[in-house]
Order: sequence, then C-alpha cells, then structure tokens
Amino acid sequence: MMRPYQPKENVQKKAYYTDRFWVAPRIPEEPVPEESPYADDLAAVKKVCKVLNAYIQRGQLVIYVSHEDNVAALKALKEARGYEMLSELSAVDFLAQRGGFEVFYQLLNLSGARRLRVKCFVKENQAVESVEPLFRSADWAEREMWDLMGVKVNNHPYLKRLIMPDDWEGHPLRKDYPLEGDEFAQWYEVDKIFGKEARDIIGPENRDPGRVDRYDTERFARLGHEVPRGAPAEMADKEEETPLSYQEEEGVFLIEKFSEENSKVLDKRK
Amino acid sequence: MAQHQVNYAQSGGLPVALTTVDKLLNWGRSNSLWALTYGLACCAIEMMASGASRYDFDRFGVIFRASPRQADVMIVAGTLTKKHAEFIRRLYDQMTEPKWVISMGSCANTGGMFNTYATVQGADRVIPVDLYLPGCAPRPETLQYAMMLLQQKIRRESANKSQKPKRLV
Amino acid sequence: MQQTNKLRPFFENLNFERDDNHMVINFGPQHPSAHGQLRLILELDGEQIVKAVPDIGYLHRGMEKMAENMIYNEFLPTTDRMDYIAATSNNYAFALAVERLLGIEDKVPRRAKVIRMMLLELNRIISHLFWLATHALDVGAMSVFLYCFREREFAMDLMEDYCGARLTHSAVRIGGVPLDLPEGWLGQLAKFVNELPGNIKDYEDLLTENRIWRMRLEGVGVIDQEMAKSWGCTGIMLRGSGIEYDIRKEEPYELYDEVEFDIPVTDSCDSYGRYKLYMEEMRQSVRIIQQLINMYDETEPQLMAHVPQYISAPKEDIMTQNYALMQHFVLVTQGMRPPVGEVYVPTESPKGELGFYINSQGDPYPYRLKVRAPSFWHCGILQDLLPGTYIADVVTIIGNTNIVFGEIDR
Repeated sequence: MMRPYQPKENVQKKAYYTDRFWVAPRIPEEPVPEESPYADDLAAVKKVCKVLNAYIQRGQLVIYVSHEDNVAALKALKEARGYEMLSELSAVDFLAQRGGFEVFYQLLNLSGARRLRVKCFVKENQAVESVEPLFRSADWAEREMWDLMGVKVNNHPYLKRLIMPDDWEGHPLRKDYPLEGDEFAQWYEVDKIFGKEARDIIGPENRDPGRVDRYDTERFARLGHEVPRGAPAEMADKEEETPLSYQEEEGVFLIEKFSEENSKVLDKRK
Repeated sequence: MAQHQVNYAQSGGLPVALTTVDKLLNWGRSNSLWALTYGLACCAIEMMASGASRYDFDRFGVIFRASPRQADVMIVAGTLTKKHAEFIRRLYDQMTEPKWVISMGSCANTGGMFNTYATVQGADRVIPVDLYLPGCAPRPETLQYAMMLLQQKIRRESANKSQKPKRLV
Repeated sequence: MQQTNKLRPFFENLNFERDDNHMVINFGPQHPSAHGQLRLILELDGEQIVKAVPDIGYLHRGMEKMAENMIYNEFLPTTDRMDYIAATSNNYAFALAVERLLGIEDKVPRRAKVIRMMLLELNRIISHLFWLATHALDVGAMSVFLYCFREREFAMDLMEDYCGARLTHSAVRIGGVPLDLPEGWLGQLAKFVNELPGNIKDYEDLLTENRIWRMRLEGVGVIDQEMAKSWGCTGIMLRGSGIEYDIRKEEPYELYDEVEFDIPVTDSCDSYGRYKLYMEEMRQSVRIIQQLINMYDETEPQLMAHVPQYISAPKEDIMTQNYALMQHFVLVTQGMRPPVGEVYVPTESPKGELGFYINSQGDPYPYRLKVRAPSFWHCGILQDLLPGTYIADVVTIIGNTNIVFGEIDR
C-alpha cells in the first residue's frame, strides 16, 4: 500500500470534511467613508507612500503598503495622525500560497480611540525595515517575529532569538513546521543534558495521549517499590505487597493522632 | 579466627542495623520537608495557595525555600519547557541528598495538554520523580495529600542507605 | 542507575572578569521573585545597574501553534493557561474575538453579558489581590501576603461555585456562558463585595503610610508618558503615567457603557502611584459588581446566542430536537467555519490590553492566531527601566509591572 502524498509546505491540521462546492463567506470589506477620521489617516499615508489597498473591516481601517514603505507609513501615522502606540506586530505565513509573509502593524490612537492595521507583504528572501526607532516596543516584537516566523528585519539593534533557545533550529510558527516538532525539537532536552548517546536509554517521547502500556501497572513506581527503568518484568512480581493507607494505622513515631472529639468546627468567618 | 571484612564505605559507614535511629531520622526528615519553590506555571499559583492562609502548609513542616541547597523536595509545579529543561536538571543536581521530587500537574507528568514542540513530555525525562499528581491544576488539597504520601514513603525507607534508584535516568 | 549529565558549570558562559570593574549577575530563570520564569542578565557598577537584558521564553508552550491545529471551541480551555491568575479574562477576550469574527457580538443574550461581566470583575479582584500579595511579599511584607490570600480564597470559592474550577475556569464560551448562576450565588457575591472594601482598607492601613513600603516604592520604576507610549504600555502601567485610557470606557464592550465606574489615573509615574491605582481599581470593580447584581434579575433566562450556523443549541433542544442534535454533532466534530477575514479585538484584562488577532481562511481552524499579551510589552520595558536603579529595586520593579509568564511566552 502506498501512503497518500502529504504536502510538505503546510503540515498543520486540515479540515476532516470538505465540500468542494462550498465557498466560504467573506467578512465585508467596506470602503473608507469620506469626511471621517479614517479618511484623513488614509490621506496622510497616501501623501508619503503608495497605498496598495485600503478598506474597513469590522470597524478597523486596514491599509496595505509595499514592504519598503512600512517605516514611512508608520512615521506619517505617528507624527501627523497621533497613532502613538504600536499595540501589535507580527506576521502571517503565506509561504505555500504566495511565497512570503504578511506583516501587520496594529496601531492605536489614544486620544481618538481609533485602531488601524498597516499590512505589507514580504517575500521569503526579502526583509522588512525595523520600526524600532519609531516605537521601542517593536524591539521585542520584531525579535519574536524573527524567532518564530523567520521574517528578517533590517537594522534591528539586536536581532536574536527571543522565545526559543539560542541553539534552536527552525522557525516553529511556520506552516511547514509540525506541531509536535521535528527530530531536533523532540530530542532537544535529552541531547543537551545527557548527550546523544542517552537517546536509547531514555527512549522517544510518548506523543500519543491514548497509549496504554501494559507494563505501566506493574512497573510504575509504587510507594517504596521503585523498579528501575528497564528492569525485567519478574522483578516487579517479586515485591511484597504493601498496603497504602492515608496515614499509618499503627501511628507515627512521636506524632499524636488528631482526635475528632476535642476539635472545634468553625461555622463562621472570623 | 574468622576474618570479618567490614566495608565502611558501604551502608553509609555504619555496619550495624539501626532500626530506632532509622525511625528517629525518618521522623525528622518526614516532618520537616523543606520544599524548593519550583513554580513554573499555573500550578505554582496553587502551590502558593497551599502555602498561604487557608491551606497553611507550615503545619506539615513544609516550608518553601528559595535555595536548592536547603531543600529536600522539589515540587515541579507547571509546564516544563525544552528551554527550561537544562535548569531543572542543574537545580536538581544542586540539591543535597536525600532528595525527592513531586511532579505537580498534568504538564509536569506527561506534558499534559501541551503536546507541542516546546514542551518536555514529562519531567521524568530529565529528573527522577517520586510522586505524580494528577490534575490541571491540582487543588491545594491534592498537594497536601501528596506531601503526606511522601512522608509515608520516607518513613518506610531506611535512613542511612543512599537512595534507591528511581524510575528514570 | 543514575544517568550522568553533561551540563557544564553555568558561569563559564558569563564573563566575570572585566576591566571596567563591572559585575555581571544572572537572575533567574528560577527565582522566587521573578514571578515565573524570567531570566535577567544584569550588569552592575557597584550596586547600580548599568545594563539589563531580560531573557524570556522559558514558558513558551506553543499556544499559537496549538491554535492553528484546533477548532475554535477546542482552543478556549488553552487560553486559561495564559494569564492563569485571571483565566476568565483570557477566555472572554478569545470568545469576544471569535464573536466579532463571526459577527454575532450583538446576539449574545443580556443575561450572559451580565454574568460575563460579573466574572470578569471578580477575576480582576482576584488578580489584583494576588498582585498585592506577591508584590508585598517581594518587598518584605509577609503578613499582607497572608491577608490577601485569605480574601482571594473567598473569591476563588465563588468562582468554584460557578464553574467548578479554582484556577482554570473556561467559564465563558463563544456566544455566551454555559451555565446560569447557581442558587444563592448572588447573595454570596454581594456578601463578598460588601466585605471587600473593609479588607482593602486593612491592606491600605498596613501599607499606604508604611515607611518601609513608601521608601521602597516611591520614585522607583518611573515610567514617563513618552516611554509608556513608546513601549506599548497599557492598563495600569499606562494610567500610572497620567494617560487616561481604559478600553472599558473608550471602546466599550459588553455592558460597560451601562454601568457607572471611574478610571483612576495618577501622574506620579512611579510604583507607589501604581499601587494606589490597583487599590482603587478593586474598589471600582466592587462598584461595578454591585450594579450588576441589580441588573441580573431583569434579564431573560437565555444564556447562549441563537446562531445555529455557529453555536450549538441549548442542551434541552439537543436532547429533544433532531435538527439541533445534528447541528451540535457537526459543530463538535468539524467545528464552526467562520467567514474569511481578520479581526483584532482588544479587551481590558487586569494586566492591560489583552487582544486577539485572528486570521481566518474559512477553515474550522484559525489560520493564524496572535495573542497580544500585555505582560509581553510590560516585560520588554524592563531593559529600559532597570538601568540606573539599584539592585534592591529590581524585585520591586518586576513585581510592580505585574507580569505573568504564561502570557508573555504563551
């Protein structure tokens, strides 16, 4: 039997049931109304760079710009339109469909309580310019984006892995990275602490939550009866049985038993 | 004349059985279990709650210590991640013998709900564990019961032998 | 047989001997005052910090990746483990984001909204009490820790009565709440919130004019307005710098535009000012809950939104009606399929602005889910906030920023 071909560029979970005649509805993309604060925001961006697309979705303005213009657009919005806070920055992986990432910058205007999203598309081998000089908060957000998605950022003060360890391989939030990790990820702690030669002793991870090992009941550590890992099954049988009680029935050395008669139950908060 | 070779290096240097001293030592050990505050995630909050006013861990002789040198039992409370795994091993090695480990909560037992690239699938892949507490997060009562079971276990051990090999590594 | 490990002593990684008489110390990742797993590399000149490099990621569990492999309802319990001190506010933020994605935000029944708000404010109280307890413990006031946990346990009892869990609530569902309030719960809640202001006064008596407390907090961790904006500070970290911005007031969700409450603001910019804000916010939460208790009785008993395309019918319908059962089966096994598009929804969690960005491609799984966790940004500020302060203030500043590592690393 041949295994069915699995696409490698997206190994995330797929819908079990698909209907090829079903077309997913779209959230309406409304045009920007004239004479509104959002129209002024859009005009401010249009002054400094080319706007590829702009619409309002679920009450927030979305502006698409080219990936070279991200700093110019954000600078115009910050200085001319009061978008002083960068509340979120990250990327969405579209490597399989379009060969790149969609980077979004979520901005907030504190005095007007308005939010807008500046988006740009960046190819895998291209890089975006860092917006860290405009917003200090972009420092960590861009590091996280580089770490988890692998989007390169130019002129970042300290572009280093933030979330994953320094010696990690791969960018885990990409669609081609499996949820349970590749081989490097699965043996990471064993390799690091005990060395590669200990892989056989420790064994692979049990990633199947439904797995039942018939030895679990006899070899699993019972109180006072640890059986070393890898011990023969006979060893488990030969142990004498020790009953498990809540407290030792015969009493504990130097400790008095709690007497229920002399105790007092509080029925009210003090 | 029969020659008896006494190996003082074995059995902790004491070639005689010490049942009463055993009891005394174990009594002391089991009733002053100082725990290392190894709070990693959500379970750490429940661990703090068990140390605080209502559940009051002090009455068991369990006092949280911040230093591994002063601690007898490590309560691994929370998700152990791959990035952190190295440090838990270091701190375990720094604890003085005899030492015990309680793995608190599903994440520390098996990785729990986090079946992902970043989570160690059970703290027992890195350090030997004595007691596994189920729950996400286990209630403070569960931790107290675990402490009582650990006390029982300690009272049953022989006091002067080095510890028996544990289940893993 | 114990396996020997290959870990070398750690200080080999750090350069101790330096020409400029500076010392490098390592703080964490397992430090009792690090509030989780923060690792700080501090460069010291005497006792003064010259450079601070926070290192995070020790609690990264891959939640955003998990979200891409789960149907929307399946992911909701995972959000509990993000900000595990106030789990309901995470559940709520996620539920609200999905509701806005589906466009069913206004179909959530009024009773569900009242219950959600009660839980949210109760969680705010729990979180602030926990913050006060641990912060006071870090600074050295052990008795405040014990007092705060006493009150917190009563609040946890209320949460437990409602949803059965102490810490990981999952008490909010997409489209409403799963359960009505249990019998007598409102009375207990009223009793709790009526007693709480007296207890808050006790804490204030212990702390506010306490000489040690003031010396350790006043003028420590000063965040001016520019810094707060530039670092994306939200919540009390922003309001402590004199900027009045609360998402509950400015971009109201649920019934926050119907209840009366004040937003405490201070322009002292330091830790002491933020401490006062926390105390005042607890009082405001009490005020909101007291209004909600009166609003509850006037509501209709419906708890979940009626949107058969996305949300299962109530249990009675599933048990009695064939079509409702079929819908429920499809929604549980396949999951709901939201429209194609993206939303970013902010909410005011106890820590600050908790937002969910969801990109949906019409599949039952989110294409990309990004959590805007307030603590992430409040933790980044440490690298600008710590230089210039003394080593003894590090613990105060970390405690005062109220960071939780479950949501920083996700």
